[in-house]
Amino acid sequence: MTERERNWLLVAPAGAWLLVMLVLPLSVVLIFSFGERAPAGGWVPAFTLEQYANLPARLTAFQNTLTLAPLGTLAALIIAYPLAYQLAVRTDPKWKTILLVLVIVPFWTSILIRSYAWIFILGGQGLPALLGVFGFEGVRLIYTPFAVTVGIVYGYLPLMVFPIYVALDRLDKRLLEASSDLGARPLTTFLRVTLPMSISGIATGCMLVFILLMGEFLIPALLGGGKVFFVGNALVDLFLQSRNWAFGSAVAVMLILVMLVTVTIYMRLIARLSATREDVSIM
Amino acid sequence: MKDRSYISKRKFMEELRRYEKGSVTRRHFLGVTGLGTATAVMAGAFPGLRPSSALAGSHIGDRVVLATWPNYHDPENFEIFTDQTGAFTQVNVFGSNEEMLAKLQAGGSGWDVYVPTNYTITTYVEEDLIEPLDLSKLPNYDPDAFDPRFADAGIVDGVVYAVPKNWGTTGIASNTSHNGGAAIDSWKDFFDRTMDDFSGRTMVHDYQLTTIGAALNYHGYSFNSVDEAELADAEKLLINVKPHLFAITSDYQPAMRSGDAWLTICWTGDGKQLNTDIPEIAFALGKEGGELWSDYYAIPKGAPHMEAAYALINFMLDPEVNAREVLAHGYPVADSRTNALLPEEILNDPILYPAAERLDALEFGAAATLTDPNRAELLARFKSA
Repeated sequence: MTERERNWLLVAPAGAWLLVMLVLPLSVVLIFSFGERAPAGGWVPAFTLEQYANLPARLTAFQNTLTLAPLGTLAALIIAYPLAYQLAVRTDPKWKTILLVLVIVPFWTSILIRSYAWIFILGGQGLPALLGVFGFEGVRLIYTPFAVTVGIVYGYLPLMVFPIYVALDRLDKRLLEASSDLGARPLTTFLRVTLPMSISGIATGCMLVFILLMGEFLIPALLGGGKVFFVGNALVDLFLQSRNWAFGSAVAVMLILVMLVTVTIYMRLIARLSATREDVSIM
Repeated sequence: MKDRSYISKRKFMEELRRYEKGSVTRRHFLGVTGLGTATAVMAGAFPGLRPSSALAGSHIGDRVVLATWPNYHDPENFEIFTDQTGAFTQVNVFGSNEEMLAKLQAGGSGWDVYVPTNYTITTYVEEDLIEPLDLSKLPNYDPDAFDPRFADAGIVDGVVYAVPKNWGTTGIASNTSHNGGAAIDSWKDFFDRTMDDFSGRTMVHDYQLTTIGAALNYHGYSFNSVDEAELADAEKLLINVKPHLFAITSDYQPAMRSGDAWLTICWTGDGKQLNTDIPEIAFALGKEGGELWSDYYAIPKGAPHMEAAYALINFMLDPEVNAREVLAHGYPVADSRTNALLPEEILNDPILYPAAERLDALEFGAAATLTDPNRAELLARFKSA
């Protein structure tokens, strides 16, 4: 077997997977997006740009997604970083495994059930009732953009914690001592040593959370009370309610394009940020 | 059942089927069922028990897949069905007729029985997604026993495609303690109060038929209108109301129960369940009109377990089984044989069986609303606004 043949053989499973699970379905979506809705719903072949011309009808959904996805990513980062830092740098190694497992444990239960639990926590008999005891009457939490953000941060937190944890765990702790020996104060050490060296973890975590958030539909539907409408919700409605597969496909193609553009810009930014440091490699 | 040696008939059947499918070993099967020591006794108790699983009625297979609505069955009935036939009922729950139609249009649903609402059946026939029923396999179906008002939609061009399950109304549930003890009983009040003292306390369905229908009723139009000018009026109202809504959801019971929400569009059975548990939540029909509906049992084209599908529908049409269903879910039936078995207080309940003249003001949903693209887009604009 030549090396060339061996390479092909090694690539074949992944290649077949990509073809069947990614390229073919995406091609179907692309073809559908140029078709028309059948009178009773579904799809009939055609070649029209009508579906793309209708895209402004879902502008609000795109705006909501492009606002809440970065906000949710940022919120998850702000909460995950100290946690990952504590786990990787400050925690006694004998506790690390247990604490890490505790971060994963919620993943053992379906996100649907966990989001339902938040309905009761944020509902009138939950946190608002508790706040009422302390004199903050009439606080409304459930079915607000705030509730959606809480649900998003809660649901995606582990995806943010782990890449940052791995980056910080690999960090040579002697560098922190060296920095301190050279007279840097803790904050300076953090900003000039720890943070730059964990950029790769931050970049990976943000990418993971952001991409998944762009397609999110469950959390807005459950915790937003149907009033916070993401592109994901628009897609679910187009396929499962109005059965407008053609328009749904056009919205899906648009979402992919928006993602490609935002992710490309993001990668460029990260690359430029780390270009000055040859010791940081991104993905 | 504390006695360790006891194994229920149902548990036994489950173990038997696991054994037949090969998911447990013979040793495990004989051990848990006690058959290892009592084979002779069991053979006497189950004359049909043979290695080839020739149980009574087991020719229908080991399962039947049912697509239905939430809180719409008595789980005990499914257990009895399994005991009688050996077929386990796998229940899939849906939120709207649109969703059911979408799944069937996409193909490969795997359903044996589903529960379409009156206005959708002609579309299923046109799309060739529904099986004409072989009535010889449904001896419990007696056409004369059903009120034709709630049975007619199952018959298209003289062919019976679906047999009646339940009927009901779409009205208004309100927490009367926030309204001086009175129920809200008009769509005018429903939306006007929402924009006033009920702001932030009202829910509408995530469902084009009822939510747009209610907004059309507010303006005095038909619940079913697909007229563009009338839909534009309904849309204006819905967009204005949206900032005052608590939620857009068809799962409205939890928020009504917790007291977070005070007012919602509501189906009969939910109204009955809420009113029974929390008496200050009242259910009323809108004065201007609203929806009258009837649900049916039907079999989709290409059902994988066709015999089991007929067996389940026939079982559910048994008046005694049906009466247990009504007591569990609180939706009325159109079957006079079943009504004869129900207690007086159910038959006289104004939520379940409203006065005939109140029903006359209501409209059945029309097939056009199901397929009208404008109504679907209107709801999407409302939700994303």
